[in-house]
Amino acid sequence: MTTDSSSGAIALAGLSKSYGNVRAVRSIDLTIAPGETVAILGPNGAGKSTTIDMVLGLTRPDAGRISVFGMPPRQAIAAGIVSGMLQTASLIQHLRVRELVAMVASLYPRPLPVDQILELTGISDLANRPAARLSGGQSQRVRFAIALVANPDLLLLDEPTAALDVEGRQDFWTSVRAVAAQGKTVLFATHYLEEADAYADRIILLANGRIVADGAATEIKARVSNRTIRATLPGAALARLAALPGVISADRHGETVILSCSDTEAALRALLTEFPAARDVEVRGADLEAAFVALTATDDDERLESR
Amino acid sequence: MTGVTYLRYEVLRNFRTWQFVFFSLAWPLLVFWIIAGANRHATFNGVAFPLYFMSGMATQGVMVAVVSRGSLIATERTLGWTRQLRITPLSTATYFSAKVICGYLMALLTIAVMCVAGTTLGVRLSAGEWLTMVGLLLAGLVPFAVLGILLGHLLSPESLLPAVGGLTVVFALLGGAYGVEVAKSGALLDVIKGLPSYWLVQASKAALSGGGWPAAGWIVIGVWTAVLAPLAVLVYRRDTSRV
Repeated sequence: MTTDSSSGAIALAGLSKSYGNVRAVRSIDLTIAPGETVAILGPNGAGKSTTIDMVLGLTRPDAGRISVFGMPPRQAIAAGIVSGMLQTASLIQHLRVRELVAMVASLYPRPLPVDQILELTGISDLANRPAARLSGGQSQRVRFAIALVANPDLLLLDEPTAALDVEGRQDFWTSVRAVAAQGKTVLFATHYLEEADAYADRIILLANGRIVADGAATEIKARVSNRTIRATLPGAALARLAALPGVISADRHGETVILSCSDTEAALRALLTEFPAARDVEVRGADLEAAFVALTATDDDERLESR
Repeated sequence: MTGVTYLRYEVLRNFRTWQFVFFSLAWPLLVFWIIAGANRHATFNGVAFPLYFMSGMATQGVMVAVVSRGSLIATERTLGWTRQLRITPLSTATYFSAKVICGYLMALLTIAVMCVAGTTLGVRLSAGEWLTMVGLLLAGLVPFAVLGILLGHLLSPESLLPAVGGLTVVFALLGGAYGVEVAKSGALLDVIKGLPSYWLVQASKAALSGGGWPAAGWIVIGVWTAVLAPLAVLVYRRDTSRV
């Protein structure tokens, strides 16, 4: 199969999709180069699944263009160069694990050996177990095996670790890394910042159907993992607060001031020195939801693109 | 070759679902031996009862064999497995072909078993007559195969098993599969002759006369197929656009 990589593994232009009044995806432009491992990070309802479903050709966009290795999605699927793990899919009964993986493998033009995939996904010992007798985590692994056995150039994973325990997650990402190391393109959706940061080269932040940030994982992490300091401090000038060292911005809710900080320690020291009246001081860690809200609120029309 | 392996697993799943095996194979066989065994020397509808009842019970079995494909379709839709398959290179045509072929293979097995059971109760036909009967049964199944696909996109998996059971029994009873004549003449008989199952049941008698069905039989099968097929396409489209 010759694929056209010049337009990227995935190229989205003006992609939009609405469900009734809900604008799930609002004019997304995005190019993912072959070999990249990219995370789509966002809270529930951000449009992650809708975007992935459109790239897989399961959902028809209202507007915009999608190209997968230069082809329309359905054509890329038919060529067997894309595979995926959907968020909501259960396994059919009456087949054993090995049979299920072999059945799906038979549908692809150049599948990987079934035993190798069972080994890689850690389910060799489940090979002869009926699909009906698998736990949630086990069937998640089998679904991963089904996606991998396709030997795709592009692998799409929609919240792939949802049913896995901590150990299962680590094993899972180790396998994904092995796949990525072979030069495959991987795109996964997650709402865990840690997951996106640890396993993606690049993070695309999605909120309310828009890309609110797109950049290297470390960059995005720095942007959304700011800590906040809350304190009861009536009457203080916001401009002075915002000018404190380590503070990015200051906000007020009644008597409470909220400081977004890049350096919490410096900010805290300066706050207590300059505003001895501050009471009920509280430091909060990275709150992804809050970060999304902040990013979408301040950049409603203007996107933060660092690429 | 893609489809062959897929079909093989489809067949495997069929034989591992006891309800399919029981209702399309074991049940008709059991009823045939009990009732036709007790009426071995009787004549019914102008032919020997075992001959009539052989295609009658085959009708019951083959209808279940193909209509029950719908329950697989409904289950796969509900599980999200259909979506999983849609992101593989498996084409929609191959997906449905595998279902229909698997139903037909099961139907063929049922027919073969019923033919053997028939011979144990003294049914003797020439090779040509056997072939004609099998051919008529397979042809008459077409609307039921379409009905299976239609129901698979219309009903939930829970309501499908009773629907398959209920519908096939009603079709079988009205069509005379159980050796009970619902009507001997009049308007009701005309209605019954408008059912595809009536013609399936008549397959053995029609084969005996050598000529197969009269034109009316072919028209009934054709009309049912022509009406059900666009409906099946319609519900399929409605179903997939919603995904």
